[in-house]
Amino acid sequence: MYDVIVLGCGVVGAATAYQLARYPLKVAVLEAQNDVANGTTKANSAIIHAGYDPEPGTLMAKLNVEGNRMAGEICQKLQVPFARVGSLVLAFDEADLATLRTLYDRGVANGVPGLELWDQSQVRQREPNLSQEVKGALYAPTAGIVDPWQYALAMAEVAVTNGVELHRSAPVTAITPVEGGYAVTTPKGVFEGRYVFNATGVFADQVHGLLETPDYRITPNRGEYYLMDKSQHEQVSRVIFQCPNENGKGVLVSPTIHGNLIVGPNAQPVEDRHDLGNTAQGLDFVREHATRSVPGLNFRENIRNFSGIRANSTRHDFILEESPNHPGFFDLAGIKSPGLASAAAIGKWACEQILEKETQLEPKQDFVDQRTHVVFHTLSREEKNALIAQDPRYGRVICRCETVTEGEIVAALHSPIPPHTINGVKRRCNAGMGRCQGGFCGPRVQDIIARELGLNPCEVLMDQEGTYVLTGETKAQGGKAHV
Amino acid sequence: MYELIVIGGGPAGLAAACEAWDKGLRRILILERDKELGGILNQCIHNGFGLHHFKEELTGPEYAGRFIQQLQATGVEVQLDTMVLQLIPGTPHQVHCVSAQHGYQILETQAVVLAMGCRERTRGTIAIPGERPAGIFTAGAAQRYLNMEGYMVGRRVVILGSGDIGLIMARRMTLEGAKVLACVELMPYSGGLTRNIVQCLEDYNIPLYLSHTVTDIRGHNRVEQVTVSQVDENRRPIPGTEMVFDCDTLLLSVGLIPENELTRQAGIPMDRRTNGALVYENMETQVPGIFACGNVVHVHDLVDYVTAESQRAGAAAAAFVQGAEQDAASLPLTNGDGVGYTVPQSIRRNVDKAQVMFRVGRVFHKSRIVVRDQAGNLIAQFPREHMAPGEMEQISLPKVLLERAVGGLTVSAEEVAEG
Amino acid sequence: MKNLICIVCPKGCHLQVDEENGYAVTGNSCPRGAEYGKTELLHPTRVLTSTVRVEGGLHRRLPVKTAAPIPKELMFEAMEALNGVTLTAPVTVGQVVISNLLGTGVDVVATRDMK
Repeated sequence: MYDVIVLGCGVVGAATAYQLARYPLKVAVLEAQNDVANGTTKANSAIIHAGYDPEPGTLMAKLNVEGNRMAGEICQKLQVPFARVGSLVLAFDEADLATLRTLYDRGVANGVPGLELWDQSQVRQREPNLSQEVKGALYAPTAGIVDPWQYALAMAEVAVTNGVELHRSAPVTAITPVEGGYAVTTPKGVFEGRYVFNATGVFADQVHGLLETPDYRITPNRGEYYLMDKSQHEQVSRVIFQCPNENGKGVLVSPTIHGNLIVGPNAQPVEDRHDLGNTAQGLDFVREHATRSVPGLNFRENIRNFSGIRANSTRHDFILEESPNHPGFFDLAGIKSPGLASAAAIGKWACEQILEKETQLEPKQDFVDQRTHVVFHTLSREEKNALIAQDPRYGRVICRCETVTEGEIVAALHSPIPPHTINGVKRRCNAGMGRCQGGFCGPRVQDIIARELGLNPCEVLMDQEGTYVLTGETKAQGGKAHV
Repeated sequence: MYELIVIGGGPAGLAAACEAWDKGLRRILILERDKELGGILNQCIHNGFGLHHFKEELTGPEYAGRFIQQLQATGVEVQLDTMVLQLIPGTPHQVHCVSAQHGYQILETQAVVLAMGCRERTRGTIAIPGERPAGIFTAGAAQRYLNMEGYMVGRRVVILGSGDIGLIMARRMTLEGAKVLACVELMPYSGGLTRNIVQCLEDYNIPLYLSHTVTDIRGHNRVEQVTVSQVDENRRPIPGTEMVFDCDTLLLSVGLIPENELTRQAGIPMDRRTNGALVYENMETQVPGIFACGNVVHVHDLVDYVTAESQRAGAAAAAFVQGAEQDAASLPLTNGDGVGYTVPQSIRRNVDKAQVMFRVGRVFHKSRIVVRDQAGNLIAQFPREHMAPGEMEQISLPKVLLERAVGGLTVSAEEVAEG
Repeated sequence: MKNLICIVCPKGCHLQVDEENGYAVTGNSCPRGAEYGKTELLHPTRVLTSTVRVEGGLHRRLPVKTAAPIPKELMFEAMEALNGVTLTAPVTVGQVVISNLLGTGVDVVATRDMK
């Protein structure tokens, strides 16, 4: 019997495991996909919000501000790319200016530090590429940009190196109460645990439904994005929002932590929780609204479109609660925006629920709160040479656009949560993230994966199950030359 | 200290290095990021190369092989598996590069030839809507899998773009047992050579849909369906014209982009139209001693022309190192009606002749290429039976004509009335 | 009169072939175009380029071609024949991979060195 089973290894599940790993608990994390953080965590705006948006008194308000602070500490400790670049909410008219004042007051009530209201000239001076129509802005210095996938991975890796079990490709098919806990059935076996956390994102209501009918529904809502070339990175130096409306925080324009520019999202309710498609209408909407903030955006410099699904719910707040009928079964559900910003604090909240019930628990003395993650191109020349001297594979550049070496890819393939897909490598090392989108390095990465993991290249997937890249060999028959 | 460092060991770099050697340079280094010389030609196993340069029809690997053999007879140094990370112009120029064998090196040189080639445009650059399953490849990536690694990338294929690589891949995939359902082209004309339409599509009864584009891709995991729609004269999809193809693969042959990150980073002035450096007739960039040639300057359709251009660059680099004086005065070239760009963008006045390459912006039937100077004087004209954006045009302007020109030159294309 | 686009070289001349007049070709800009126009209507041929398996080399496939054009209708049969070949590196460019392919009298040859 496990002490705790965490369902889902997105950023919330990872943050939960990261906190639980500090205590002498037997913990299993069950992830449906073949890699961690493959749902909402991998496709969002990649923003750690400051926390002026949520209504005071909500869980969102409390956890966003706390999560923002924690994100800074965790990212620094675990070598996750993160920068507190600050954010601006733009006002285009009087009504917007009134909204800014409301947001400012909310932010102050929520405990957001350093908020400032900027007038037109202050905005122009600091963000010269913004529209001349901008009348003023709310500046929040604590807003940050992050690699959300690395953030989740880092926390999951530390959990795993400190003894948490992670099982991938383990979707939950049944949950039944058993003596002293719950039995969770997956294709990887039946896991029994005293406590269960449901952190299954857009599927949370369905997973909860395996035990009992929940009193909420997830209302999946898709947002579409452009990810632009580094040439567009300097259009803005902060996260640029428009005033929020009933559809959410609106279309943002933001530098990314990897030096690109992200533009989006729209908001579209969807039925199919697997449909991560882009639509011509959605992309048109994003372009139109984004250019209202930054008129000079060059969409010909786009390198990738993507979409993500928000785990909105029929409730207005995060759903963090223990089932009244099934004690020990907790939802960490309805984690819509600012979910990424709040994740670390949600993990802490989850851990506290266990501590309240298990009052004898003391933190482990041997908890190791660190990880190593070598990023070759950020090293000094001396460090690069030292690394190549030690392992020549660091001298072989595989991804030309992002300068990712074979050494980094091999290191990832032997890391605590090793990838076995091309995109798994991409998310860990950035190989294929750049402007050629893996055209050059994809086959080479596939080759390295096959070699290191002892697979036939045809078995190496692009991403989740079913995403095969190759359909077979040419000249499959073989034989002797008849000269 | 080198006399010349050539960045890139594809056809452009090979020709430039060989030529510089022939012209007397003896300390030449080629830096190549792949594990062998030859560049993209190694995966272009089809024939059609070399008719101009070697007066015979060769495959890509044969064409590359001849230059590699020629290079091996010289003392040109080669470092393979070496990635150039930075170029810092100066006296001397500095080239920062990294390799497993030599680690992180900073090399110094009197002259540089940029020959990095180009990369393929991707789905992102044209923002195709739809899902993001596996099974979407650029044609060149598929070509490498098929021809060098020996793997098939799909069984039922739709190809977007009728550039040469797309057409060649339609035939290759068909011969290897795949079913190519359609080749789809946004423009009302093909972007590839006419002979490739004939021998790659028509030979295998593969339909070519002009003025069509891909408007949706379905499949959560692997491509399952591709929707193709007709477009109007503004290239916008026309509702109601959708055709749905059940397929597992979409190949993209939607254009090439010169790979100029190093060039930009080095602060070398660029041409927005070509996405390559601004060059003189001898392929020198605006930074003295730094030359560029091949697809990194502008995208070619014939490697023979890359070779000729690169030989000019190699010879000019040698002349630079040997201290040749350059006339400061130059004639700027502008593109007139019907012409999308010109290479070079300026011609020095004291040269014997200048080759001018360009592409037209639309299809021309019986027509002429007209060169005028700034005063409007006709400097030269060249008759043409047929010109298309897919086929690079080339004219040669001798010294006598250049001397006549006042202020600058404009190259334009004009239709000639029949009869 | 039949209209063809010449595929002998990348120029793509627009040919007219007069079937009733001894397959006389106009619109060509070289003698090879005239030859092509006639052959294309009488018995079309193509050079086949493909690969064969190679073991112990830098790559897993070796590019090959027919040393001369072969009848167009033999393409798929020729591909079948190539499917049955495995070479061992080293191979040199021009080395015969299949001699007298399908009785055409044409050899299949390697188009690169493979170490």
